[in-house]
Amino acid sequence: MKSRFLNNVKLVFLKDIRSELRTRYVINSLLMFVLVTISIIRFAIGDEKLEDELLTGLLWIAVFFSASGGLSRTFVKEEEKETSAALKLTAGPAEIFTGKLLFNLVLTFVLNFFILVLFILITGYTIKNPGLFMVVMSLGNIGLVAASTIIAAIISKANSKGTLYPVLSFPVLLPLLLTVINATKLASAGIDTKEIAGEFLILVSYNAVVVTVSLMLFPFVWED
Amino acid sequence: MNRIYEYSVFIIIALVIFAGIVLPIPDIPALGDKARVLYFHVPMSWISVVAFTMSLWYAVRYLRTKNIDYDIKSFSASQLGFLFCILATATGSLWAKFNWGSFWNWDPRQTSIFILLMIYGAYFALRSAIDSEEQKARLSSVYAIVAGITMPFFIFIMPRLVETLHPDPIINNSGKINMDTSMLIIFLTSLLGFTMLFFWVLNMKTRLEFIKYKISSNSD
Repeated sequence: MKSRFLNNVKLVFLKDIRSELRTRYVINSLLMFVLVTISIIRFAIGDEKLEDELLTGLLWIAVFFSASGGLSRTFVKEEEKETSAALKLTAGPAEIFTGKLLFNLVLTFVLNFFILVLFILITGYTIKNPGLFMVVMSLGNIGLVAASTIIAAIISKANSKGTLYPVLSFPVLLPLLLTVINATKLASAGIDTKEIAGEFLILVSYNAVVVTVSLMLFPFVWED
Repeated sequence: MNRIYEYSVFIIIALVIFAGIVLPIPDIPALGDKARVLYFHVPMSWISVVAFTMSLWYAVRYLRTKNIDYDIKSFSASQLGFLFCILATATGSLWAKFNWGSFWNWDPRQTSIFILLMIYGAYFALRSAIDSEEQKARLSSVYAIVAGITMPFFIFIMPRLVETLHPDPIINNSGKINMDTSMLIIFLTSLLGFTMLFFWVLNMKTRLEFIKYKISSNSD
Protein backbone atom coordinates (compact mmCIF):
# COMPACT_ATOMS: atom_id res chain seq x y z
CA MET A 1 0.00 0.00 0.00
CA LYS A 2 2.68 2.40 1.03
CA SER A 3 4.98 1.50 -1.82
CA ARG A 4 2.11 1.96 -4.25
CA PHE A 5 1.62 5.48 -2.97
CA LEU A 6 5.29 6.28 -3.43
CA ASN A 7 5.30 4.65 -6.82
CA ASN A 8 2.38 6.75 -8.03
CA VAL A 9 3.95 9.90 -6.63
CA LYS A 10 7.08 9.03 -8.58
CA LEU A 11 5.05 8.45 -11.75
CA VAL A 12 3.28 11.82 -11.51
CA PHE A 13 6.58 13.52 -10.78
CA LEU A 14 8.38 11.83 -13.69
CA LYS A 15 5.48 12.56 -16.03
CA ASP A 16 5.75 16.27 -15.26
CA ILE A 17 9.53 16.25 -15.63
CA ARG A 18 9.23 14.44 -18.94
CA SER A 19 6.56 16.71 -20.37
CA GLU A 20 8.55 19.72 -19.21
CA LEU A 21 11.73 18.43 -20.86
CA ARG A 22 9.83 17.81 -24.09
CA THR A 23 8.41 21.31 -24.42
CA ARG A 24 10.76 23.25 -22.10
CA TYR A 25 7.94 25.77 -22.00
CA VAL A 26 8.12 26.72 -18.34
CA ILE A 27 11.84 26.55 -17.79
CA ASN A 28 12.73 28.52 -20.93
CA SER A 29 10.29 31.32 -20.33
CA LEU A 30 11.16 31.45 -16.64
CA LEU A 31 14.89 31.65 -17.24
CA MET A 32 14.26 34.53 -19.59
CA PHE A 33 12.01 36.09 -16.98
CA VAL A 34 14.78 35.81 -14.39
CA LEU A 35 17.27 37.33 -16.79
CA VAL A 36 14.94 40.22 -17.54
CA THR A 37 14.14 40.84 -13.87
CA ILE A 38 17.76 40.86 -12.81
CA SER A 39 18.75 43.08 -15.73
CA ILE A 40 16.07 45.54 -14.69
CA ILE A 41 17.40 45.50 -11.15
CA ARG A 42 20.90 46.10 -12.51
CA PHE A 43 19.79 49.02 -14.68
CA ALA A 44 17.69 50.45 -11.88
CA ILE A 45 20.54 50.55 -9.40
CA GLY A 46 23.19 51.47 -11.96
CA ASP A 47 26.75 51.39 -10.70
CA GLU A 48 25.76 52.13 -7.19
CA LYS A 49 26.63 49.62 -4.51
CA LEU A 50 23.45 48.98 -2.59
CA GLU A 51 23.39 47.83 0.99
CA ASP A 52 22.90 44.12 1.46
CA GLU A 53 19.66 44.74 3.34
CA LEU A 54 18.09 46.33 0.28
CA LEU A 55 19.54 43.68 -2.00
CA THR A 56 17.89 40.94 0.06
CA GLY A 57 14.55 42.54 -0.58
CA LEU A 58 15.26 42.77 -4.31
CA LEU A 59 16.42 39.14 -4.33
CA TRP A 60 13.14 38.00 -2.82
CA ILE A 61 11.14 40.09 -5.25
CA ALA A 62 12.90 38.26 -8.08
CA VAL A 63 12.34 34.88 -6.39
CA PHE A 64 8.67 35.53 -5.61
CA PHE A 65 7.66 36.73 -9.06
CA SER A 66 9.59 34.17 -11.05
CA ALA A 67 8.31 31.36 -8.84
CA SER A 68 4.73 32.58 -9.14
CA GLY A 69 5.09 32.64 -12.91
CA GLY A 70 6.07 28.99 -12.98
CA LEU A 71 4.14 27.54 -10.08
CA SER A 72 0.76 28.89 -11.10
CA ARG A 73 0.97 26.81 -14.28
CA THR A 74 1.08 23.35 -12.65
CA PHE A 75 -2.60 22.58 -12.65
CA VAL A 76 -3.70 25.09 -15.25
CA LYS A 77 -1.78 23.16 -17.89
CA GLU A 78 -3.66 19.95 -17.03
CA GLU A 79 -6.95 21.79 -17.52
CA GLU A 80 -5.85 23.49 -20.74
CA LYS A 81 -4.60 20.30 -22.35
CA GLU A 82 -7.61 18.42 -20.96
CA THR A 83 -5.42 15.80 -19.37
CA SER A 84 -6.83 16.17 -15.87
CA ALA A 85 -9.41 13.41 -16.36
CA ALA A 86 -6.71 10.94 -17.37
CA LEU A 87 -4.62 12.00 -14.41
CA LYS A 88 -7.60 11.47 -12.11
CA LEU A 89 -7.97 7.91 -13.36
CA THR A 90 -4.36 6.96 -12.81
CA ALA A 91 -3.64 8.28 -9.35
CA GLY A 92 -5.32 9.37 -6.13
CA PRO A 93 -5.49 13.03 -5.10
CA ALA A 94 -2.81 12.78 -2.42
CA GLU A 95 -0.44 11.10 -4.86
CA ILE A 96 -1.03 13.71 -7.53
CA PHE A 97 -0.59 16.54 -5.09
CA THR A 98 2.66 15.15 -3.70
CA GLY A 99 4.00 14.48 -7.18
CA LYS A 100 3.19 18.00 -8.32
CA LEU A 101 4.67 19.43 -5.13
CA LEU A 102 7.94 17.60 -5.75
CA PHE A 103 8.04 18.75 -9.35
CA ASN A 104 7.45 22.34 -8.28
CA LEU A 105 10.16 22.02 -5.66
CA VAL A 106 12.68 20.86 -8.24
CA LEU A 107 11.58 23.63 -10.59
CA THR A 108 11.97 26.39 -8.00
CA PHE A 109 15.28 25.06 -6.73
CA VAL A 110 16.73 25.03 -10.24
CA LEU A 111 15.30 28.46 -10.86
CA ASN A 112 16.56 29.93 -7.60
CA PHE A 113 20.01 28.57 -8.23
CA PHE A 114 20.12 30.62 -11.41
CA ILE A 115 18.63 33.66 -9.73
CA LEU A 116 21.16 33.52 -6.93
CA VAL A 117 24.18 33.05 -9.20
CA LEU A 118 23.11 35.85 -11.54
CA PHE A 119 22.16 38.08 -8.64
CA ILE A 120 25.52 37.69 -6.92
CA LEU A 121 27.40 38.22 -10.17
CA ILE A 122 25.49 41.31 -11.17
CA THR A 123 24.85 43.16 -7.94
CA GLY A 124 27.83 42.06 -5.85
CA TYR A 125 25.62 40.69 -3.08
CA THR A 126 27.70 39.25 -0.26
CA ILE A 127 26.65 36.36 1.94
CA LYS A 128 28.55 36.20 5.19
CA ASN A 129 27.02 32.96 6.50
CA PRO A 130 26.51 30.80 3.39
CA GLY A 131 25.43 27.64 5.22
CA LEU A 132 22.69 29.37 7.15
CA PHE A 133 21.72 31.36 4.07
CA MET A 134 21.18 28.17 2.08
CA VAL A 135 19.07 26.61 4.82
CA VAL A 136 16.91 29.74 5.09
CA MET A 137 16.48 29.98 1.33
CA SER A 138 15.53 26.31 1.13
CA LEU A 139 12.97 26.59 3.91
CA GLY A 140 11.53 29.68 2.26
CA ASN A 141 11.33 27.87 -1.06
CA ILE A 142 9.53 24.89 0.41
CA GLY A 143 6.92 27.16 1.97
CA LEU A 144 6.55 29.16 -1.23
CA VAL A 145 6.03 25.97 -3.24
CA ALA A 146 3.64 24.38 -0.74
CA ALA A 147 1.30 27.38 -0.59
CA SER A 148 1.54 28.04 -4.31
CA THR A 149 0.68 24.49 -5.28
CA ILE A 150 -2.68 24.41 -3.48
CA ILE A 151 -3.54 27.88 -4.79
CA ALA A 152 -2.54 26.84 -8.31
CA ALA A 153 -4.96 23.93 -7.93
CA ILE A 154 -7.76 26.28 -6.83
CA ILE A 155 -7.29 28.75 -9.68
CA SER A 156 -7.09 26.02 -12.32
CA LYS A 157 -10.88 25.65 -11.98
CA ALA A 158 -11.64 29.39 -12.08
CA ASN A 159 -12.11 31.72 -15.01
CA SER A 160 -9.48 34.45 -14.87
CA LYS A 161 -6.56 32.27 -13.89
CA GLY A 162 -3.62 34.58 -14.55
CA THR A 163 -4.84 37.58 -12.59
CA LEU A 164 -6.33 35.55 -9.79
CA TYR A 165 -3.09 33.85 -8.78
CA PRO A 166 -1.23 36.82 -7.26
CA VAL A 167 -4.44 38.01 -5.59
CA LEU A 168 -5.03 34.69 -3.84
CA SER A 169 -1.43 33.84 -3.04
CA PHE A 170 -0.34 37.13 -1.53
CA PRO A 171 -2.22 37.02 1.79
CA VAL A 172 -1.34 33.36 2.26
CA LEU A 173 2.33 33.86 1.48
CA LEU A 174 2.83 37.08 3.39
CA PRO A 175 3.65 35.51 6.79
CA LEU A 176 6.24 33.35 5.06
CA LEU A 177 7.71 36.19 3.03
CA LEU A 178 8.01 38.55 6.00
CA THR A 179 9.82 35.91 8.03
CA VAL A 180 12.05 34.61 5.29
CA ILE A 181 13.13 38.06 4.09
CA ASN A 182 14.06 38.97 7.62
CA ALA A 183 15.93 35.68 8.12
CA THR A 184 17.74 36.00 4.80
CA LYS A 185 18.79 39.51 5.70
CA LEU A 186 20.23 38.32 8.99
CA ALA A 187 21.94 35.30 7.40
CA SER A 188 23.57 37.38 4.68
CA ALA A 189 24.75 39.82 7.34
CA GLY A 190 26.52 36.86 8.97
CA ILE A 191 24.49 36.40 12.11
CA ASP A 192 25.01 33.37 14.34
CA THR A 193 22.72 30.41 13.66
CA LYS A 194 21.13 30.26 17.08
CA GLU A 195 20.05 33.88 16.99
CA ILE A 196 17.41 33.23 14.37
CA ALA A 197 16.00 30.13 16.02
CA GLY A 198 12.64 31.88 16.26
CA GLU A 199 12.52 32.48 12.52
CA PHE A 200 13.44 28.84 11.97
CA LEU A 201 10.60 27.70 14.16
CA ILE A 202 8.12 29.89 12.27
CA LEU A 203 9.37 28.72 8.87
CA VAL A 204 9.33 25.04 9.77
CA SER A 205 5.88 25.19 11.36
CA TYR A 206 4.50 27.26 8.47
CA ASN A 207 5.74 24.63 6.03
CA ALA A 208 4.34 21.77 8.10
CA VAL A 209 0.96 23.47 8.51
CA VAL A 210 0.59 24.42 4.87
CA VAL A 211 1.64 21.02 3.53
CA THR A 212 -0.70 19.18 5.91
CA VAL A 213 -3.68 21.44 5.22
CA SER A 214 -3.04 21.26 1.47
CA LEU A 215 -2.95 17.47 1.54
CA MET A 216 -6.20 17.40 3.49
CA LEU A 217 -7.99 19.91 1.27
CA PHE A 218 -6.65 18.96 -2.13
CA PRO A 219 -9.19 16.12 -2.67
CA PHE A 220 -12.00 18.72 -2.43
CA VAL A 221 -10.37 20.90 -5.07
CA TRP A 222 -9.59 18.02 -7.35
CA GLU A 223 -12.95 16.23 -7.43
CA ASP A 224 -15.59 17.26 -9.98
CA MET B 1 -39.79 37.93 19.92
CA ASN B 2 -38.21 39.22 16.75
CA ARG B 3 -39.63 42.71 17.29
CA ILE B 4 -38.31 42.79 20.84
CA TYR B 5 -34.85 41.88 19.56
CA GLU B 6 -34.91 44.58 16.90
CA TYR B 7 -36.06 47.26 19.29
CA SER B 8 -33.50 46.33 21.90
CA VAL B 9 -30.71 46.52 19.31
CA PHE B 10 -31.94 50.00 18.42
CA ILE B 11 -32.14 51.12 22.03
CA ILE B 12 -28.77 49.69 23.03
CA ILE B 13 -26.92 51.21 20.10
CA ALA B 14 -28.65 54.57 20.53
CA LEU B 15 -27.63 54.55 24.20
CA VAL B 16 -24.06 53.62 23.34
CA ILE B 17 -23.75 56.37 20.76
CA PHE B 18 -25.12 58.91 23.22
CA ALA B 19 -23.03 57.70 26.15
CA GLY B 20 -19.91 57.25 24.06
CA ILE B 21 -19.99 60.75 22.65
CA VAL B 22 -21.56 62.83 25.41
CA LEU B 23 -20.75 61.30 28.78
CA PRO B 24 -17.50 62.46 30.41
CA ILE B 25 -14.56 60.16 30.04
CA PRO B 26 -11.89 59.62 32.71
CA ASP B 27 -8.56 61.19 31.97
CA ILE B 28 -6.22 58.78 30.19
CA PRO B 29 -2.63 59.92 29.61
CA ALA B 30 -1.83 60.69 25.94
CA LEU B 31 -5.31 59.67 24.82
CA GLY B 32 -7.89 61.93 26.45
CA ASP B 33 -11.08 62.31 24.47
CA LYS B 34 -9.56 60.32 21.64
CA ALA B 35 -10.09 57.19 23.75
CA ARG B 36 -13.80 57.41 22.91
CA VAL B 37 -13.07 55.64 19.64
CA LEU B 38 -12.65 52.41 21.55
CA TYR B 39 -16.43 52.20 22.10
CA PHE B 40 -16.85 51.84 18.35
CA HIS B 41 -13.52 50.65 16.98
CA VAL B 42 -13.04 47.64 19.28
CA PRO B 43 -16.52 46.14 18.68
CA MET B 44 -16.01 46.52 14.90
CA SER B 45 -12.67 44.70 15.03
CA TRP B 46 -14.13 42.07 17.33
CA ILE B 47 -17.02 41.42 14.94
CA SER B 48 -14.80 41.25 11.88
CA VAL B 49 -12.81 38.51 13.60
CA VAL B 50 -15.96 36.71 14.79
CA ALA B 51 -17.43 36.88 11.29
CA PHE B 52 -14.26 35.50 9.75
CA THR B 53 -14.16 32.66 12.26
CA MET B 54 -17.81 31.88 11.57
CA SER B 55 -17.20 31.93 7.86
CA LEU B 56 -14.30 29.53 8.39
CA TRP B 57 -16.37 27.25 10.58
CA TYR B 58 -19.17 27.08 8.00
CA ALA B 59 -16.60 26.47 5.25
CA VAL B 60 -15.38 23.41 7.16
CA ARG B 61 -18.97 22.28 7.73
CA TYR B 62 -19.70 22.70 4.04
CA LEU B 63 -16.76 20.56 2.98
CA ARG B 64 -17.81 17.85 5.42
CA THR B 65 -21.51 17.74 4.54
CA LYS B 66 -21.67 19.26 1.02
CA ASN B 67 -24.85 20.98 2.17
CA ILE B 68 -25.14 24.26 0.22
CA ASP B 69 -26.84 25.99 3.20
CA TYR B 70 -23.50 26.09 4.97
CA ASP B 71 -21.85 27.77 2.03
CA ILE B 72 -24.57 30.40 1.94
CA LYS B 73 -24.01 31.02 5.65
CA SER B 74 -20.26 31.17 5.16
CA PHE B 75 -20.61 33.65 2.32
CA SER B 76 -23.07 35.87 4.22
CA ALA B 77 -20.85 35.93 7.31
CA SER B 78 -17.83 36.89 5.25
CA GLN B 79 -19.70 39.66 3.43
CA LEU B 80 -20.78 41.22 6.70
CA GLY B 81 -17.37 40.61 8.21
CA PHE B 82 -15.84 42.51 5.33
CA LEU B 83 -18.11 45.47 6.02
CA PHE B 84 -17.17 45.52 9.71
CA CYS B 85 -13.52 45.06 8.79
CA ILE B 86 -13.69 48.20 6.65
CA LEU B 87 -15.40 50.05 9.50
CA ALA B 88 -12.72 48.91 11.95
CA THR B 89 -10.00 50.03 9.54
CA ALA B 90 -11.67 53.40 9.00
CA THR B 91 -12.27 54.14 12.69
CA GLY B 92 -8.77 52.97 13.56
CA SER B 93 -7.22 55.00 10.82
CA LEU B 94 -9.08 58.15 11.86
CA TRP B 95 -7.86 57.68 15.38
CA ALA B 96 -4.31 57.08 14.13
CA LYS B 97 -4.43 60.40 12.28
CA PHE B 98 -5.05 62.28 15.50
CA ASN B 99 -2.89 60.18 17.77
CA TRP B 100 0.03 59.09 15.60
CA GLY B 101 -0.11 61.89 13.04
CA SER B 102 -0.93 59.95 9.90
CA PHE B 103 -3.81 57.84 8.65
CA TRP B 104 -1.64 54.90 7.76
CA ASN B 105 1.82 54.06 9.03
CA TRP B 106 2.07 50.26 8.84
CA ASP B 107 1.82 49.63 12.53
CA PRO B 108 1.65 45.83 13.07
CA ARG B 109 -2.06 46.16 13.90
CA GLN B 110 -2.68 48.05 10.68
CA THR B 111 -0.73 45.46 8.75
CA SER B 112 -2.75 42.60 10.20
CA ILE B 113 -6.08 44.23 9.43
CA PHE B 114 -4.79 45.02 5.97
CA ILE B 115 -4.08 41.30 5.47
CA LEU B 116 -7.57 40.43 6.71
CA LEU B 117 -9.02 42.85 4.15
CA MET B 118 -6.83 41.28 1.46
CA ILE B 119 -8.04 37.80 2.37
CA TYR B 120 -11.67 38.90 2.19
CA GLY B 121 -10.97 40.61 -1.14
CA ALA B 122 -9.26 37.54 -2.57
CA TYR B 123 -12.12 35.34 -1.37
CA PHE B 124 -14.71 37.49 -3.16
CA ALA B 125 -12.55 37.70 -6.29
CA LEU B 126 -12.31 33.91 -6.34
CA ARG B 127 -16.06 33.50 -5.87
CA SER B 128 -16.87 35.83 -8.74
CA ALA B 129 -14.46 33.99 -11.03
CA ILE B 130 -16.28 30.64 -10.80
CA ASP B 131 -19.57 29.97 -12.55
CA SER B 132 -20.81 26.70 -11.11
CA GLU B 133 -22.48 27.16 -7.70
CA GLU B 134 -21.18 23.89 -6.36
CA GLN B 135 -17.62 24.50 -7.48
CA LYS B 136 -17.76 28.05 -6.19
CA ALA B 137 -18.76 26.77 -2.76
CA ARG B 138 -16.09 24.08 -2.73
CA LEU B 139 -13.13 26.14 -3.92
CA SER B 140 -13.91 29.23 -1.88
CA SER B 141 -14.29 27.09 1.24
CA VAL B 142 -10.88 25.57 0.60
CA TYR B 143 -9.38 29.00 0.09
CA ALA B 144 -10.97 30.39 3.23
CA ILE B 145 -9.46 27.54 5.23
CA VAL B 146 -5.98 27.88 3.70
CA ALA B 147 -5.99 31.63 4.30
CA GLY B 148 -7.46 31.30 7.77
CA ILE B 149 -4.89 28.74 8.84
CA THR B 150 -1.92 30.93 7.89
CA MET B 151 -3.37 34.04 9.54
CA PRO B 152 -2.37 33.12 13.15
CA PHE B 153 1.30 33.18 12.14
CA PHE B 154 1.12 36.97 12.25
CA ILE B 155 0.70 36.80 16.00
CA PHE B 156 4.22 35.38 16.20
CA ILE B 157 5.79 37.22 13.30
CA MET B 158 4.67 40.79 13.85
CA PRO B 159 6.24 41.37 17.28
CA ARG B 160 9.61 40.21 15.88
CA LEU B 161 9.61 42.86 13.17
CA VAL B 162 8.35 46.09 14.71
CA GLU B 163 7.07 47.28 18.04
CA THR B 164 3.41 48.20 17.98
CA LEU B 165 2.24 51.56 19.22
CA HIS B 166 -1.31 50.32 19.48
CA PRO B 167 -2.80 50.70 22.97
CA ASP B 168 -2.99 47.52 24.98
CA PRO B 169 -5.71 45.16 23.88
CA ILE B 170 -8.70 45.11 26.20
CA ILE B 171 -7.62 41.78 27.53
CA ASN B 172 -3.87 42.24 27.61
CA ASN B 173 -1.01 39.89 28.26
CA SER B 174 -1.32 40.12 32.01
CA GLY B 175 -5.00 39.20 31.74
CA LYS B 176 -6.16 42.31 33.58
CA ILE B 177 -8.70 44.81 32.35
CA ASN B 178 -7.29 48.30 32.71
CA MET B 179 -10.46 50.24 32.36
CA ASP B 180 -12.49 52.57 34.46
CA THR B 181 -15.79 51.01 35.60
CA SER B 182 -18.01 53.54 33.84
CA MET B 183 -16.02 53.14 30.64
CA LEU B 184 -16.14 49.39 30.98
CA ILE B 185 -19.93 49.45 31.26
CA ILE B 186 -20.31 51.57 28.13
CA PHE B 187 -17.78 49.45 26.30
CA LEU B 188 -19.41 46.14 27.19
CA THR B 189 -22.85 47.51 26.27
CA SER B 190 -21.43 48.62 22.96
CA LEU B 191 -19.90 45.22 22.38
CA LEU B 192 -23.24 43.58 23.13
CA GLY B 193 -25.17 46.05 20.97
CA PHE B 194 -22.96 45.70 17.92
CA THR B 195 -22.75 41.92 18.27
CA MET B 196 -26.56 41.78 18.41
CA LEU B 197 -26.72 44.07 15.39
CA PHE B 198 -24.32 41.79 13.55
CA PHE B 199 -26.36 38.66 14.21
CA TRP B 200 -29.60 40.42 13.28
CA VAL B 201 -28.23 41.63 9.92
CA LEU B 202 -26.53 38.28 9.38
CA ASN B 203 -29.83 36.52 9.78
CA MET B 204 -31.48 38.76 7.17
CA LYS B 205 -28.50 38.51 4.85
CA THR B 206 -28.48 34.71 5.04
CA ARG B 207 -32.18 34.53 4.24
CA LEU B 208 -31.71 36.91 1.33
CA GLU B 209 -28.79 34.90 -0.08
CA PHE B 210 -30.83 31.75 0.33
CA ILE B 211 -33.72 33.20 -1.68
CA LYS B 212 -31.28 34.40 -4.35
CA TYR B 213 -29.86 30.90 -4.58
CA LYS B 214 -33.34 29.35 -4.85
CA ILE B 215 -34.32 31.72 -7.64
CA SER B 216 -31.13 31.20 -9.61
CA SER B 217 -31.30 27.41 -9.29
CA ASN B 218 -34.97 27.37 -10.31
CA SER B 219 -34.41 29.45 -13.42
CA ASP B 220 -31.81 27.01 -14.74
